[in-house]
Parts: sequence; C-alpha cells; structure tokens
Amino acid sequence: MSVDVDTWRGVATEEDADRTAAEASDAAAVVRLRASSRRLLGSLLRPHRRLIALMVFLLLLQNAAGMAGPYLVKLGIDRGIPPLAQAHDAGVLLAVSIAFAVAIGAEYLGKRGFLTLSGRIGQAVLLDLRRRVYDHFQRLSIGFHERYTSGRVVSRLTSDMDSIAELVDGGIDDLVLAGLSVISVAGILLWLDPPLAAVTLLSFPFLLALSRWFQRASSVAYRRTREAIALVIVHFVESLGGIRAVQAFRREPRNQEIFDAVNDNYREANLRAFRLIAIFAPGIKVIGNVTIAVVLTYGGYRVLDGHIEVGVLAAVLLYLRRFFEPMQELSQFYNALQSATAALEKLSGVLSEEPAVPEPVTTTALPAGGSQGELRFAAVSFGYRPDRPVLHTLDLHIPAGQTLAVVGATGAGKSTIAKLVARFYDPVTGAVTLDGVDLRELTDAELRRAVIMVTQENYLFSGTVAENIGFGRPDATRGEIEEAARAIGAHEFIAALPGGYDTDVHKRGGRLSAGQRQLVAFARAFLADPAVLILDEATSSLDIPSERLVQRALRTILSGASSGAPHGRTAIVIAHRLSTVEIADRVLVLEGGRTVEDGPPGQLVAAGGRYAVLHQQWRDSLS
Amino acid sequence: MPSPRYAAAHNLWRLRRYVLPYYGQMAWLLGAAAASTGASILVPLVVQRVVDGPVRRGDSSGLLLLGALALLLGLLEASMIFIRRWVQSSSALGMEAAIRRDIYAHLQRLPIAFHDRWQSGQLLSRATSDLGVIRRFLSFGLIFLVINVATFITVVALLLHLYWPLGVLVAVMSVPLFFASRSFTRRYIKASRQLQDEQGDLATLIEESALGVRLIKSFGRRAYMARRFAASTKQVHDTAVGKARLLARSWAQFDLVPNATLAAVLVAGATAVATGRLSLGGLVAFISLQVMLVWPIDALGWIIANAQEAMTAADRIYEVLDTEPSIVDKPGARAIGSAGSAGQLRFEGVQFAFPGTAELVLGRIDLEIRPGETVAIVGATGCGKTTLASLVPRLYDVTAGRITLDGHDIRDIELATLRRVVAVAFEEPTLFSMSVRENLTLGRADATDEEIAEALWVAQAEFVYDLPWSIATRVGEQGLSLSGGQRQRLALARAVLGKPRVLVLDDPLSALDVHTEALVEEALARVLRGTTALLVVHRPSTVALADRVALLQDGVIAAIGTHAELLATVPAYRAVLSQEAGARA
Repeated sequence: MSVDVDTWRGVATEEDADRTAAEASDAAAVVRLRASSRRLLGSLLRPHRRLIALMVFLLLLQNAAGMAGPYLVKLGIDRGIPPLAQAHDAGVLLAVSIAFAVAIGAEYLGKRGFLTLSGRIGQAVLLDLRRRVYDHFQRLSIGFHERYTSGRVVSRLTSDMDSIAELVDGGIDDLVLAGLSVISVAGILLWLDPPLAAVTLLSFPFLLALSRWFQRASSVAYRRTREAIALVIVHFVESLGGIRAVQAFRREPRNQEIFDAVNDNYREANLRAFRLIAIFAPGIKVIGNVTIAVVLTYGGYRVLDGHIEVGVLAAVLLYLRRFFEPMQELSQFYNALQSATAALEKLSGVLSEEPAVPEPVTTTALPAGGSQGELRFAAVSFGYRPDRPVLHTLDLHIPAGQTLAVVGATGAGKSTIAKLVARFYDPVTGAVTLDGVDLRELTDAELRRAVIMVTQENYLFSGTVAENIGFGRPDATRGEIEEAARAIGAHEFIAALPGGYDTDVHKRGGRLSAGQRQLVAFARAFLADPAVLILDEATSSLDIPSERLVQRALRTILSGASSGAPHGRTAIVIAHRLSTVEIADRVLVLEGGRTVEDGPPGQLVAAGGRYAVLHQQWRDSLS
Repeated sequence: MPSPRYAAAHNLWRLRRYVLPYYGQMAWLLGAAAASTGASILVPLVVQRVVDGPVRRGDSSGLLLLGALALLLGLLEASMIFIRRWVQSSSALGMEAAIRRDIYAHLQRLPIAFHDRWQSGQLLSRATSDLGVIRRFLSFGLIFLVINVATFITVVALLLHLYWPLGVLVAVMSVPLFFASRSFTRRYIKASRQLQDEQGDLATLIEESALGVRLIKSFGRRAYMARRFAASTKQVHDTAVGKARLLARSWAQFDLVPNATLAAVLVAGATAVATGRLSLGGLVAFISLQVMLVWPIDALGWIIANAQEAMTAADRIYEVLDTEPSIVDKPGARAIGSAGSAGQLRFEGVQFAFPGTAELVLGRIDLEIRPGETVAIVGATGCGKTTLASLVPRLYDVTAGRITLDGHDIRDIELATLRRVVAVAFEEPTLFSMSVRENLTLGRADATDEEIAEALWVAQAEFVYDLPWSIATRVGEQGLSLSGGQRQRLALARAVLGKPRVLVLDDPLSALDVHTEALVEEALARVLRGTTALLVVHRPSTVALADRVALLQDGVIAAIGTHAELLATVPAYRAVLSQEAGARA
C-alpha cells in the first residue's frame, strides 16, 4: 500500500514552499548553509568561553588521572612488591596507593565537574537557541508563515531542538576525549618506536577516507530525516487540529494511510542513516583490528630481531586500544552529532531568513500625544505574486475619525487593504501612511499601539476568558477587562459561564461558541484602545442580537466617547453584512482592485449604482 | 495501588508486544553482541600467547599463525558489530514506527471531548520525543543491559576462580553500586518525567504561537509572547540542568567504584604476592581481567538513565493509549446505508453536559425531524445550537435521553455508516494542507468527478476550477489562501457531496456575501427537498430554507413552528431573528 504523497498534497503555488530561502538545494547553498550554521554555533558558544576553558581543564585533569591508573599499577607491581616481600617495607606500596587514591579522587571530581559544567553550558546554549529561533519566527512576516506552516514551525522548535539536546546530554566529552587521545597516543607511539608507529600511521589514510565518505553520505541522510520528521509532524498537528472534520467525514482510514506513508518515509530515511553507521562503526573496527594484528606480528619480529623489548610491544598494543576505542565511541556519538548538525542547519536557515516586512532602520515618530488615525494610500500597488496584481495604484485618504466601509466581491482586494494597514505586507509600489508617516518608518511597537485588526479568525489561546481579553493590554486590571467586556456586550455571557471570567476556554477557545469567541475578540481589541480599528468580516458569525450589541458598542467606541481623541477613532470595516456597514460615514466599493464607487452610504444608495444594488439585495434578504 | 515507579516499569514492559515481531531479530542481535564481546575478550589472550610463546622462545614459526588468529578474531568482532547494528537499525526503527502508528490511530479514534481537553503539543511530544527515547532503549539500552550484566557475572566468576579472596573484594563492589543506582533511579525518574511534561507544555506554547501568529502580530505582542516563552523555556532549562547535575554525580560515582576497587585490589594483591599467597603472573592476569569490568559499570549509569527515561516515556504514551475511546461501535451495532434509511431523526429527552462538567448545556430536547423535512434551530449566541448539531454524527454522546435515526438509537448504529448517512458542515470550515479534491472528498475517496462537480455547484464553489491547478491545487494552511467565504463554500460542498440522507449544517453561509448567499440558497433548496436536514441559522434569509423552525432557549426547545407563525406569536423569536424588532427594542 503506497500513497502518492504528491497527488494527495496537491500542487503548491510556490516551489520549495516547505523550505527557508537558505535551504535551496544547489551545492553553493549547502556550503553557505553549513558556514552559517557554524557561525551560529560559534555565536552560541562565545558567551561561555571561560566556562568552556574550565571544562576543557577538567577534562584534561580527568584524562590525565585516568591515564595514571595503569602506570600506577605497573609501579605497584614493579617497585612496590619487591621491598614488601624482601624487607617488609610497605612504604612504596603505601605511596603508590596514596597516589592512586589522589588520582581516583581527581578523576571523580574532574568527571563530575565536567559533566555538571557541560550540562549547564549545553542547556544554556539550548535556552539561547530556543529563544532566538522563537523570536525570529515571530519577527518573520505573515507571508512566510503562510507558506512555511505552523506544523513546520513546531517541528523546528521541538524535534530539531531535541536532536541538539540529545547531543548536549551526552557525548561532548567523547568528542573531545577522542581527539585528545588520538593526538597524544600518536605522539607516544612515535616516541616509543618509530617503525611500529609508522605501521600504525599507515591506517590513517583508510580512516580518513572512511570518515570522509561517512561524513558526506550521512549529512545528506540526516538532512533527509529532518525533513521527513517535519512532514510527520505537519500531518500529525494538522489532522488532529481538525479532528472534528476528520471524524465527522470518516477521514480516519485515509488519514491513517497518509500517516503510515509519511511515518514510513521517516523510518526509511532514518534507516538509511542508521545503516550508514552500521557500515561506518565496524569499518573503523576493522581498520583498528587489522592494525593491531599487523603491529602484533611485525612487532613480534622486531622483538625477535632484538630491535625492541617485549615491554615496548605490550605498551604499543595497549596504547593502540586507546587509539581506536574512542573512535569507536565517536561513531556511536556521530549519530547524535550528525542529526544535531542537520537540525542546526535547518535552524540557521530559519534565522537567516530575512523578514519580508522588516523593522525600520531609521524611524520616524508619530506626532506627540499619540496617533490621530489619519490614513492615506498613495498610489499603492500590491500583489501576493508578481503575476497577479490585487490592487492597482490605489489612492485613498481616510481622515482621522472617519469610519470607512469597504465592500465588493470576493477577490476585489478588501482584505488586502486591511492587511496593508496592519502592515502584514508592504506595498509593492507606493506607500501607506499613518498621520503622514510611512508605515515602513514606524517602529513595530508604535504601529501596533495605533492599529488593531479584528478578523473572523478570532484565535483564542488556551487559558481563561480574562487572560484572552487581557491579551489586548497585558497590564490591564481585572476591572478594566470587565469594563471592556461590558462595553462590547460580552459581560452577560461571560458572567454566566461556570467560572465567569476565570473559565478556561480550552484549546483554541473550543469551550465557547463561534459568536462568543468573536465577542471576546472584540473586547480584546477594545481593551487595546487603538486609534485605528480594522474589522475584517469580524461580525460574520454573530447572531442578530449580538450583532446589534456590537453595533451599538461600535458606535460608542468609534465616536470617540471612549478614546482621548476629539474626533474619535478611525475605522475600516469590511463586511458583507451591510448592517455593519450602516454605521459607516463613507463606503468604498472595490472591483478588481480598483475603486468604482466612493461616498456616504445614503448618497450611494440614492445614486443607484453598484452599492444601491447590493443594498437592495441585503434589504430583501432580511424579510 | 502500585507505586508510580512500578507503574512506569509495568508500562515499559507492556511495550513488549511491539518487540514480539522482532524476537528472531532480537535473538540475532543478542547473539551478535555476545559474540563481538567474546571476540574482544579473546584478543588480549592471543597477545598473551604471542608474548609468552614465540617472543619468549625466540621462535618466529608460530608468530604468523597467532597474528592471523588475531586478525581473524578482529574481523569476527567487526562483522558481529556490523550484524548487530544492521539488524538493530531495522528492528528498532520498525518498532518505533509501529508504536507511532498506533498512537496516531488511537488518537483518531478518541472522541472530540478528549481533544478538547488535551493540548496537541503534549500529544505531539509523545509521538516524537518520547518515542525517540524508547527507540534508543530498545536498540541500545536493553541490549547492553543484558550484555553488561552477563559480562559482569562472567568476569566476577572468573576472578573468584582465579583467587577467591580478591574475587570477593571485587564482588563486594556491587554493594555500593547497588545503592548508588537505587538512589539515582529514584530521583532520576522524577526529574525525567517532570522534564518530559514541561517539554510538552513548551510544545503547546510553541504550537499556539505558531497558529496565533496573526493575532500576536496585529496586537504587537511579540515582546509579551517572547517573555512567556522565555519563562517556559527557563523552566525546561532549570529542570534539565538539575537533571544534568544528577547525571554528573551518578556517572562520576559509577566511574569511581571500579577505580577504587582497582586500587584496593592492587594493594591487597601486592600484599598477597609479597606474602607468597599469589603469583605475580596471577596478579597481572587478575588486574587485566578486572579492567574489563570498567566499561560495563561505567555504561551502567547511562543505561539506567536511558531505561528510566524509557519508562516515563512509556508511561506518557500509555496515558494516551489507555484512554478508552468512549464513542465506539457497540457489539452487534447495525450497519445502515443511505438507500435504506428514511432519514427520520428524533431527539428524545436529550440532555447534554460537557464531560467533566456538571452544568447542562442542553436541558431537555424533544424534537422530531420527519424524513425529508428541514428544521432550522434558532437561538442566541452560546445557547447550545452547535452542540446540538454535534450530537447527530456522535461527535459527542448525549448525557441522558437518546437520539434515534429511523427509530434506532444512533448509539446502536455502526459509527462509520452513521457518519456516512449524516453529513455536517461547521461554521468554521477546516481545510487541510492538501488538494481541493482531497479536501472535498475526505472520507469518501470513491467520489466521482460528476459528484464533485455537482457538490461544487450546490455550494457555488466552482471558483476552484479557476485555481492555478484546478482541483489539484493545494489549499489550506500551507496552500493557496482562500477567503472566509470561499472556505465556507468548500466546507458546504464537502457536506453535500454524495447526497447524504441527513444533513447537519451549522450556520454554513455566515461568511458569504448577500449575492452569493442567494445563489447558494437557491441551489441548496433543491438538495434539501429530498433530504432530512438540521440547520443552525442566524439569519432570516437562511431560515427561508426550513420547513419548520425551532427556538432553542435555556437548553430547551421553547417554541416550534413555521417562520411566519413564530414571528407573529413568539416575542423571543422576534428578538433573535428580526432586525426591525431589535431596532425598536
């Protein structure tokens, strides 16, 4: 049973929609990505330089103390036993045992200190990385999130972080120790017997070739596993997020089929990576064991020929073990290393993604006393894709305090106007200004204080009703929150909930009805007290009584009775229910990204144009 | 009441059924691991022979042979490692995939009430991070637990055989090891469970911020969310650091014990040699054998940690797998088909409270919808209309009373067939990141192009044919973004696809503009003529589709009749549905 993953997913409008820009598949991009992930690692480790130095010292201490053990055994046997047996002099043995105790103590402290430190540094690095990636995701534009999807964001911040954590949890000491022993053992061997060392060093080209092959093959394989797990997570999160539709439409078997396919794809990707290790680890072992056998035989002849003593041969053989064994451990650990490297590359791809809607380099402040709410579109053209323009050189002036309704068919560009004012996107040409300042020159904080958008999405976080309203102004008191709810007409239903304002709304507000969520969203926006309020189909799921309540509340909110501004708030209302439009001072009818009618609603109805037709249809629908 | 530790160990043990298909492979694995360990123990003995034999005798004849033997043993060891790793990669990954598959299948069977309660981040971390831990245990921890214990026993037995007083000394070291591992186990299991739970919470926060990114942006709450996230990651960080400290202490202890024993053996052995009770060669042999114990003991710390994590992970996984799906087929449930169903729907004394709450959302609903009839449910925001609609396809089960379809309690009907006969459209349309076609057909993969075309026509959603790749275009979160009205029309098309006998539509036209709404209503009216339908509505225009209207108020049906009747006689109905009444009020 196989599922054609591509047919099922459908054709995406953009190629490589799943990746960040840095993750293009050409060779140059791979090199760039690797370099940027290395820079990222460097910048993560730099703040811990001193502790890392201490850590390396502890590791050296542990290593030296560990190496002393066998030598002390040798001393004890060679120098300790003879005086004890012959003269009952336990002095040397006592000295050796004291030295041994010291070495053991040093090794214990070194190991414990090292592990504690490496845990601390590792976790600090993870903490730093998590925050950086999280912040960067929040900085990236809506356009990026729309194509990258939430599932992938989750995958980057959970599964990829897990692979790095796994590396941090165990293995760093192996990595350093392995490098350390390889170098020191090579040195000792050369000192002990150059010909035998030369034979040993013959194994080097093989080791290098094997490692190089493995490194190349496995970095491809591990990159594939990171992408495969992301697909698993995306499907998991999306299908369980829409579980109502899944169950109501008996989608389960098909979902299971798809899940099995992506799950199996992940298993295959992992299998390939694991099999590479299954070749690499014994490969190292073969080289090591062959070298030992050759050294044993050749060394035997050298002893027979009288070139070296037996002790040297024994020492060389012991050291050879120390030479190859850490490499063996390394291959165990390579697994974690490669998957962490792949994860780090993915993350550095995210971090190097430039926000399409960047924070301004030079900022212009709004006039003192806060925003007045005067908006202007100056020859604004915009399209989500270059070949499909949505707005054509739109000129629009919304004086401070005006309530503008935007109507038009689906695809006319109504929501685009809203998104441009909320600066989810920047215009392709022209400029949107607030109080005469280009939105691109305002700091994010200032823009968001001035402009709030309410959409029909009404996303609620899990938590209480009060917390969700309080999101509009995190420092608001309970009194202010309740006041906002009252002003919107949401207080009655909230007070009637079993826990009142402290009722848990459940995951994504599932405890509330769609209409109730919309009321909470209104209260949240009201609490934020913006100079410009954008309502994008924000009343569509309200029933008539609630809509009336909101209507009445909007009149008060927009009139300025509640805001400090003398002329009230500016509002852009997008609605297909013309009841919401009735409160507008002015109506703009859009068609194909162009203004076709513009004027006060009464005047437009009288003029008998398109708005008049819409208005008549709406009147008819009410009867 | 079993202790939590026992429960965790028990849950890990329950995972053995996933190991079952791989018993043969596991035997291979263990055999290969034992053989490679054995070979590596033998190589030093060969070296001994070389030194004691040809080298000491000054005779090169046996040297090549012994060299060849060492080579052979070395190659044997490597090939055994190869076999172990090769086999283990497929078995461990196979088990991991099988468990993940079952978790997903189980989650799909669990009722909506479960998903309302559980954060998906917590579910996700169980299906990814926790499974990774278990995979590592099954592929390394378990094997080396067995091998290392076996090595330990063998070597200690050999040591006792060599010189029993020193052997006893070595055997005694298992006492501090036992205590060290016991206290380690006890603390570590707590720390690792805490960390796993906190990581689940973190995953939830991550998911919520990813889904709510528009909201966060439009309110400029980046800094606020960053603070919340920072607090949550700090929590994870602190727990992880505590866990690392615990690990550092225990691992250092596991390293200390064999080293201290070595020192004790050296002193005691040297004394024994000096007093002539042990030969020098004996001592050397003893010490080199004892050195073989260092790695198995050293690894014990890692293995215990790994086993503990696997236990808590198994615990967390079984928390999900042990939740019984409450909405399932009864034994002997009857299968129904659209053809055989008349479509008579009755609510008899239906009460409903959300699971775990006492407050009744629906107090007592009695309502009959005759075959082919369309009944609209009208009521104020939050009065339970959507809940009522969710009961028909059994997304929730009634708390008391019953709902019947053609006289049969819907709980006695096979779930899959019930949901085939009853189709729903929710007010909030869910689209998945996949092609339009898949989004429309969902569970009805056998739908023909004609059926799809017809459903799209009814919902006035033919705009999809104009998408860049027609109905093969990917929509949903990751695809082309559609407007609210477009999404809603797709969800409606999904519901009417294949002409279900019973339609449940929850305010399906709320996001449409007046013009489109009129067109959809016209087409929908034709579909509804022969279909039993329950309509949740907010607008007078949609009410026109219904034969009768029921007013839902305070959890009961307060009035029922035609739109005109209710408008004339019921003031509460006027308040909910009439624009003019409201304007006067």
